[in-house]
Amino acid sequence: MDIRELQGYASFFMTIFLVIMLYGYIIYLYRSEKRGDRDYEKYGNIALDDEVTSTPVEDKPASQRE
Amino acid sequence: MQSNAALEYDYSIAKLFTYTTILFGFLGMLVGTLIAAQMAFPELNYLIGEYGTFSRLRPIHTNTVVFGFTVSGIFATWYYVGQRVLKVSMAESKFLMAIGKIHFWLYFVGALVATVSLLLGYSQSHEYAQYEWPIDIVIVLIWILWGISIFGIVGIRREKSLYISLWYYIACFLGVSMLYLFNNISVPTYFLTDGLGSVMHSVSMYSGTNDALVQWWYGHNAVAFGFTVPIVAMIYYFLPKESGQAIYSYKLSLLSFWGLMFVYLWAGSHHLLWSTVPDWMQTMGSAFSIVLILPSWGSAINMLLTMKGEWNQLTENPLIKFMVLASTFYMLSTLEGPIQAIKSVNAIAHFTDWIPGHVHDGVLGWVVFMIMSALFHMVPRMFKREIYSKKLIEVQFWIQTVAVVLYFTSMWIAGITQGMMWRAVDEYGNLMYSFIDTVTVLHPYYAIRALSGVLYLTGFLIFAYNMYKSMTSSKQLTEEPQFKTPMA
Repeated sequence: MDIRELQGYASFFMTIFLVIMLYGYIIYLYRSEKRGDRDYEKYGNIALDDEVTSTPVEDKPASQRE
Repeated sequence: MQSNAALEYDYSIAKLFTYTTILFGFLGMLVGTLIAAQMAFPELNYLIGEYGTFSRLRPIHTNTVVFGFTVSGIFATWYYVGQRVLKVSMAESKFLMAIGKIHFWLYFVGALVATVSLLLGYSQSHEYAQYEWPIDIVIVLIWILWGISIFGIVGIRREKSLYISLWYYIACFLGVSMLYLFNNISVPTYFLTDGLGSVMHSVSMYSGTNDALVQWWYGHNAVAFGFTVPIVAMIYYFLPKESGQAIYSYKLSLLSFWGLMFVYLWAGSHHLLWSTVPDWMQTMGSAFSIVLILPSWGSAINMLLTMKGEWNQLTENPLIKFMVLASTFYMLSTLEGPIQAIKSVNAIAHFTDWIPGHVHDGVLGWVVFMIMSALFHMVPRMFKREIYSKKLIEVQFWIQTVAVVLYFTSMWIAGITQGMMWRAVDEYGNLMYSFIDTVTVLHPYYAIRALSGVLYLTGFLIFAYNMYKSMTSSKQLTEEPQFKTPMA
């Protein structure tokens, strides 16, 4: 097996790995919303209510602000 | 960070980049129109000696629209959107203001010098990477300054979550950094030839097939991270904001983001189908290009569904019309690209005019339409004046839409005709046509393309005039419009 073939196999298995990661992420997003842990759709409001004086959709903790 | 009741967003840097977007857009499209006319009428090559030939002007066209117009548009919208979705003003940090100003001036002077260098014939001879090494170094510095600006303002934000547009801007920053550095590793010929070569002229550190692979990994992903990712960033902010409708599905935007990041980087080898790269790599490029339809359409459909129940805005607000047409052209070109990347289709399409046809329905229909509508949205808010003329926007819209349709339809016909004629053989297996036969047949389509260039450029001039009047003499606004951009 030469380097070219090795590269081919490496590319194939990395693809499989990344596909699993991507699908895992999709499942994670929907599950965490279904369980009520997160509400992803509220982040859409960041664009709509974007005055400098607007209340952030998710405030940064005061400890991180300074 | 101080809290200040009269705090306002600072648009001074966004304004500067808005000017360069318009300037470089005009220059890039002017040169593009000229070289399109040269293809139809070759005498136009000899207007100003060596400086007016197609070979000298073509890199100026591509580089001015990519690194001049589009990158200016990316920076202009970044300095506008970045502050707003993070709910922090640049004026809150003197350091970031200074970085922004240095960023702009280095960019502007660098872009002018870079354009002149191409006009004088300095070139690395890599498509979309023609700039010689000293200019590459300046570009890297400009990019680092942008990075400081991005992560600097993210660091002082009030909004904890990064809005999806920011993900795309950051991906643009990281993607281009990686691509640009790897593809531009080169060495001046002076050092390779015991002083016989030139200090100014450099050659790639890669050679042969490796060079081609790195080049097209770069070339294709320049489209990904220059013409797709930051433009998606824009539409994810400007369409919801202009229409007053939140993104249809925020989760879909996240999925499409990771899908796009995952797939795009692997598709570049479709530029080298039927060439001397390993067969598995060609197949991989083809396969990934087809898969790429999914994340691209994920974003585009998400944008169209954002208008669900609000389609009346399409008739009332020309900016919505621009953005909806932009996402429709995005869908068209991200379907067309994968079709061209199928090996059997590519056997006909490769090296033909169908390829520039594809590039231009993407760039004229998607990138330029989106950047122009972003500027239309921003200018009234930055200059506190309404848009000078709604009628001019309508006129511009139709002139440019007709121009795009003329461009890609003429190039579809030209490209497929060309591909078929090159392959045609008689019953003995001899080629039926010589190259000049194809040129004769294609002449009318080249003339149509030149006409479409004139139309598109006319539309852009109308845009520039409307922008100028909106900045200087249209009716003043007493307060910032929340959603729909006011226009006379």
